[in-house]
Amino acid sequence: MTTAAEQSRTYGYDDLPRLMGMMTGDEKHGPAATSTLDVLWVLYDRVLRVTPERREDPDRDRFLLSKGHGPMAYYAVLAAKGFVPVDWLPGFGAYDSPLGHHPDRVLVPGAEIGSGSLGHGLPIAVGTALGLRAQGRRDPAVWVLIGDAELDEGSNHEAIAFAGPAGLERLHTVVIDNSSASHALPGGIAARFEAAGWSAVTVDGRDHEALYAAFTTPHPGRPHVVVARVEPKNA
Amino acid sequence: MDTMRDRLAPVVSRLLDEDPRVAVVLAEIGRDGFGEAGRRHPDRVINVGIREQLLVGAAAGLALTGLRPVVHTFASFLVERPFEQLKLDLGHQDAGAVLVSAAASFDWPAGGFTHMAPGDVALLDTLDGWTVHVPGHPDEAETLLRHAVAAGDDKVYVRLSVQSNRQGRAVDGQHFRPVREGRSGVVVAVGPVLDAVLAATEGLDVTVLYATTVRPFDAAGLRRATQAAGTDVVLVEPYLAGTSTATVSEALADVPHRVLGLGVGRRELRRYGTIEEHVAAHGLDAASLRERIGRFVDAGRLTAGRG
Repeated sequence: MTTAAEQSRTYGYDDLPRLMGMMTGDEKHGPAATSTLDVLWVLYDRVLRVTPERREDPDRDRFLLSKGHGPMAYYAVLAAKGFVPVDWLPGFGAYDSPLGHHPDRVLVPGAEIGSGSLGHGLPIAVGTALGLRAQGRRDPAVWVLIGDAELDEGSNHEAIAFAGPAGLERLHTVVIDNSSASHALPGGIAARFEAAGWSAVTVDGRDHEALYAAFTTPHPGRPHVVVARVEPKNA
Repeated sequence: MDTMRDRLAPVVSRLLDEDPRVAVVLAEIGRDGFGEAGRRHPDRVINVGIREQLLVGAAAGLALTGLRPVVHTFASFLVERPFEQLKLDLGHQDAGAVLVSAAASFDWPAGGFTHMAPGDVALLDTLDGWTVHVPGHPDEAETLLRHAVAAGDDKVYVRLSVQSNRQGRAVDGQHFRPVREGRSGVVVAVGPVLDAVLAATEGLDVTVLYATTVRPFDAAGLRRATQAAGTDVVLVEPYLAGTSTATVSEALADVPHRVLGLGVGRRELRRYGTIEEHVAAHGLDAASLRERIGRFVDAGRLTAGRG
């Protein structure tokens, strides 16, 4: 049960492990479960212009979680920011819970896409950026989060190769790099994006100030990628 | 006569002018027709290059911002190659789009099997909530394209072919249309096979229904036709044989019935040549249809002791 006091309080970064624990019954989480945690927190806490009240606003920023596996950090951040009730968290994965092991946009308030199958988020984000541009909505930023192994999917390369020359400057990608790709991109992830005309920054994915600086780096006329390095998945 | 596909760019270009929701998404194929429209609406005529997964994914993103994407390429590259994108980026995201294919089952036989897609409608049948239009004439294609774009945020597939009946008929985007009345069976002719079916059933005592919208399937129209003509049903479809037999069986589940599904054979033909040669090879020419439909209807009469 969640008390009224609990529902009305706000949550900070230090609360996230406990919120994740409500889903898993575990206060400690391995690197794989938390690889996205700091990126998500800095985005939702300081960068994205979206709130629970604005989630239908056509001029909101969009955040698309493409890396739908292990969404506990995502749900914890959505709960901390008031998009989903904290008392949904203990039901994680249950038949009557809106919170599955992969998120569903139809069920989760604030989730812009349903994901799980790899390689879908970035192409949809490209279309979202195109759709906003076609409607003259120059303000909203589109963000998509993918994993370094997810980047192996060819659909992502179609999107990367298109978005640079198309000059989709409101499109932003965060690649969580926990060295989980079996065959890493020669020359590094950022180089692949840069070759396609993107602005690219590689940072420590645990360093909030470095992440914030990378997220807010100006990139006129070009889409922007932030490669966030975290501990290797299998280390 | 022009082809169904010749109508695509003019019709959709006009819709781009009229409706700020409409956007066109292409993967190189068909781009020349949209040159002028692209100059007028540079942000709503989008060519993603030869990238069919992105083609459908980007269409879904456009739809999620409130636009109505019209997505066009050959059927093989529109339905088969990015099939998971259709299932997830449109279906699972609860987003809509209008898919308009060209090349049909074998519009370019000399091009070989890589450019043939007889299984497209059957494949879409594994997904929920798709409307499928199969026009049989360029005029019908134009009408059905307008229906498709106007259908809110529905998921709609419009299957264009260079095969065509000689005359267009009034189509409403929903119902089968009785073209001939009889008492010894119902033949459902889908899209461009109608002329061949009419020639094949000349002198046979069968009802012919003309279907240009096959999903949702006009079960009520079929049942109405069976009241006078009985429940022996022949489907003649310009794509994979048997694609709609389950739908017919569902429509007639509470009455004894027989169904024969005619269409394109499953086995790869491995022949080039002409459309006419492929039509004949799949038994879809008038003479073959008459033989197969006649045999089926006769067998029904014998079984029922009516012969």
